[in-house]
Amino acid sequence: MRIPAGATVPTIESEMQLRTMLASLSGVDAVGVEGRAAKLATRSVKKASKMAAIDLAISMVDLTTLEGADTPGRVSSLCVKAMRPDPTDANVPATAAVCVYPDLVAHARSALAGSSVAVAAVATAFPSGRASLRVKLLDVEEAVAAGADEIDMVIDRGAFLSGRIGQVFDEIVAVKQACADAHLKVILETGELVTYDNMRRASWIAMLAGADFIKTSTGKVPVAATPPTALVMLEAVRDFAETTGHLVGVKVAGGIRTTKDAIRYLVIVNETVGSRWLTPELFRFGASSLLNDLLMQRLKQQRGAYIRADEFSGD
Amino acid sequence: MTEHHLANSHLGFLAYDPAPESASVARLRPSYGLFIGGEFTDPAAHDQFATLNPATGSSLATVAQGSVGDVDRAVASARHAYDTVWSKTSGAERAKYLFRIARIIQERARELAVVETLDNGKPIRESRDIDIPLAAAYFFYYAGWADKLDHAGFGPDPQPIGVAGQIIPWNFPLLMAAWKLAPALAAGNTCVLKPAETTPLSALVLAEILQQAELPAGVVNIVTGDGVTGAALVEHPGVDKIAFTGSTEVGRLIQERVAASPKRLTLELGGKGANIVFEDAPIDEMIEGIIDGIFFNQGHVCCAGSRLLVQESVADEVLRRLVRRVEQLRVGDPLDKNTDVGAINSAAQLAKIEELSAFGEREGATRYSSSCVLPTEGYWFAPTVFANVAQSHRIAREEIFGPVLSMLTFRTPDEAVAKANNTKYGLACGVWSEKGSRTLWVAERLRAGVIWANTYNRFDPTSPFGGMRESGFGREGGRHGLEAYLNV
Amino acid sequence: MSEPRLDVRKTYKLLINGAFPRSESGRSYEVHTATGDFLANAARGSRKDLRDAVSAARAAQAKWWGATAYNRGQVIYRLAEMAESRRDELAEHVALSEGVSAKLAQASVSRVIDRMVWYAGWTDKIAQVFGGTNPVAGPYFNFSIPVPSGVVAVLADQESSLEAFVDAVLAPICAGNTVVVVASERRPIPSVLLGEMTATSDFPPGVLNIVTGFTTELAGTLASHEDVDGIDLSGVAVESANELAATAAGSIKRVLRPSDSSPDRSLRRLRAFVETSTVWHTIGQ
Repeated sequence: MRIPAGATVPTIESEMQLRTMLASLSGVDAVGVEGRAAKLATRSVKKASKMAAIDLAISMVDLTTLEGADTPGRVSSLCVKAMRPDPTDANVPATAAVCVYPDLVAHARSALAGSSVAVAAVATAFPSGRASLRVKLLDVEEAVAAGADEIDMVIDRGAFLSGRIGQVFDEIVAVKQACADAHLKVILETGELVTYDNMRRASWIAMLAGADFIKTSTGKVPVAATPPTALVMLEAVRDFAETTGHLVGVKVAGGIRTTKDAIRYLVIVNETVGSRWLTPELFRFGASSLLNDLLMQRLKQQRGAYIRADEFSGD
Repeated sequence: MTEHHLANSHLGFLAYDPAPESASVARLRPSYGLFIGGEFTDPAAHDQFATLNPATGSSLATVAQGSVGDVDRAVASARHAYDTVWSKTSGAERAKYLFRIARIIQERARELAVVETLDNGKPIRESRDIDIPLAAAYFFYYAGWADKLDHAGFGPDPQPIGVAGQIIPWNFPLLMAAWKLAPALAAGNTCVLKPAETTPLSALVLAEILQQAELPAGVVNIVTGDGVTGAALVEHPGVDKIAFTGSTEVGRLIQERVAASPKRLTLELGGKGANIVFEDAPIDEMIEGIIDGIFFNQGHVCCAGSRLLVQESVADEVLRRLVRRVEQLRVGDPLDKNTDVGAINSAAQLAKIEELSAFGEREGATRYSSSCVLPTEGYWFAPTVFANVAQSHRIAREEIFGPVLSMLTFRTPDEAVAKANNTKYGLACGVWSEKGSRTLWVAERLRAGVIWANTYNRFDPTSPFGGMRESGFGREGGRHGLEAYLNV
Repeated sequence: MSEPRLDVRKTYKLLINGAFPRSESGRSYEVHTATGDFLANAARGSRKDLRDAVSAARAAQAKWWGATAYNRGQVIYRLAEMAESRRDELAEHVALSEGVSAKLAQASVSRVIDRMVWYAGWTDKIAQVFGGTNPVAGPYFNFSIPVPSGVVAVLADQESSLEAFVDAVLAPICAGNTVVVVASERRPIPSVLLGEMTATSDFPPGVLNIVTGFTTELAGTLASHEDVDGIDLSGVAVESANELAATAAGSIKRVLRPSDSSPDRSLRRLRAFVETSTVWHTIGQ
């Protein structure tokens, strides 16, 4: 891909302008995109490539706990695992981040002190996003004040689906400002957007509004990340980079449980936007149980036998 | 972050480790005889010729050169089986044989996929995911017609024709065998099949499958050989119907040869498919569709989308994305599961592709070829796109039958239709647009037997396939595919 | 001297949503051979069992129709494979139920299996035989597709323990419907065996549901159930058929009346629970 020198992100000054811009985007043929994702799933990644892919995937995990029942104890445990996923093997990379609710950020921050693992907080009335802008911004501000390095916000799907795309855009801009130095991931909640055309448009709205990352899902609705969804979002990211020179990351979240799933996504990244995105700076997995499967597969590659789940800690 | 892991990331450079399927799954014999009267003849009783692995140029096995005498024996066997057994076999029983064959193809799928890839040069992913499953599906579909011919729309109790002589090409060896045998047998005919000279092996494994299914002796006979063998079959007076898939040149000769005889004939010949892209096409899926249209099966496809007709307003953008995508194609060992484009089937075919491509450059088209490293052994050609092609260029008019795409432009739908139809061929076209009414408008004006909208190279046993004008006549697949094999 | 071995007798249960429960009512009734000997205690199905069966059939229908025609054909062919491998068991019970000789029962089972193969091959042809394009007088692409009615209730023939049953259930199923069938009251065992075979044929749960019991007790529930789209009254006595047909009219069900058993050359059974959906699309630049 050629990133043009001197290209910039256009300033969007009105909803009309945004609408016109979105109308110029190509549609997505669902059969075609699903067919392409299925074909990419036939890639066979074995041996040394597989080991490298597993380590890469581990380094891209945002180890997540987003339950009503979360406690400081739970979060501490998670942080220890994030910093050192396999206590018996120092070669296993740390995860990229830990992802928690805003009121547990301070605790995560201190548990992760001195490590390379970032603290990501969901905010903006996650997961539904159904609250006033004032409340959503306060949610972000508190998380940032508590020490969050990254903010995962949700877009207002109600506004999007009823055509108020200017409002969707403005909210992202406002949240980006409230983030200060924290980097912003914008969750599209693709399961609620349903169509690939919607996902493409929402991706562009988020990127034009200043997202550092676009993210598929909250993991709290039945349909989360899928390979065709990731493909559509990565195509949008690629086209955005070629038009504006700006590189936006992608995070896939929800329902990604196995190494096989993770490698499928890495292949899609590799063959859509290219190897530049194969780094935690630009690609993440939002997951919890995925980490253990990655560790198990890593061990299996080394030992040559299938591993039992109890080999690794549950959390 | 652990920097050293990222630096070692093999994924970073599209270098998936080799993931080869094992050639030993194929269980090839060193030499093969013919399949006549339900038995294999002794290989030693025939002149033999080698069939090569086009990816390496080395010999896989030797097969028999069917003589005029052999063809005669095969036809006699088919006639005998027709008169004494098959014409007395009820549709319900014929159906069950065909279902058995379909099932066994499914059971031996992996073996068949490896044989096909070794003999043809196509990527294992394609033989595994497309050729073999479709072959089984065609047998399943036509099995289901055998016991319900009354309802096929050809009147009550339609009758078969008799003995069918069937000559198939090298591009989809097993699949073409299925396309020929399944409807013929379902309708109650018996067959003599002549596989292509460079790809006889999967048909010979199919013969073993027919034995396993306990198909009565002589209902299907398989005679390998070259063009002489094929000619003997075409001219044999004991054959009631000829079905041929191959080049238009040979198709002409065959049609001429049988003109004075009562033989029924169907032909499935060449093409120069126009893949028409409107400015409102879904862009990423369209690029994939263009790639699928011309690089699937190394472009050795009669219905390949070998002419890209792009609306001028988006031509530059389409070309840019296309060239980028072509660079990503993985060309190499067909047995590697990650290979996208395999070997050219023969030295002869490679020479043709090279000749026409060189001509394309001389004619003034702009050539973009993948920078992929080609293996030193075997027959290989880098995927190529020619831009700035004019309607009068040879590469816009002649079938190259290789991984070479010729790109032209148009301004309006009428012009697209006119350019697409400006060919003696008429097999397949593609139309890319999000506007349904326009797609349908274009489709009804295209002179092509198959039109794909927002997709390309999709095949299904229920869907009739065949050409117009010099792409041949007759249809394979669907209810329509029965017509060629019924006396109606 | 060895003692005679006691065999493990089978319990014949209902088939609802891919599982084999007893009737929720806990009731059973005696099934006898044609010569009056005790054969088994079969479940005496209740209207609640039917309610559950219809619910399962409804839940399964969209997915069954959403599968490819090829896939539906593969599933029905697999049922034929299962039936062939258990043909002796089927023949034994046809003979016992109907009081026919072993030879006639075997011939009947052979016909049944061939009939299953016939239906397996129909799934991907119905659209081609019953559908098509229509040359309307205007710039429109117009095509008609046959789609399934939805959930079909079948009151199976009373006398024919297997042949008529297979026709009555597989015809709607191969067209994409899901079925709730009340088996022959006095001769239910062969159908129950067939139900078991669907469990090993990749039949998705809910596509075929089989309830045994008293036809007169159960028929009314199905005829009046508003979430049933069609009803086959073959197994109902002529006297009650009229009344049931009138009840079925309450939700405009498609009704198939008892008929003679001559070969169905008109494909009436296949057409009975199929609707035609016609689409118009403009043609223009």
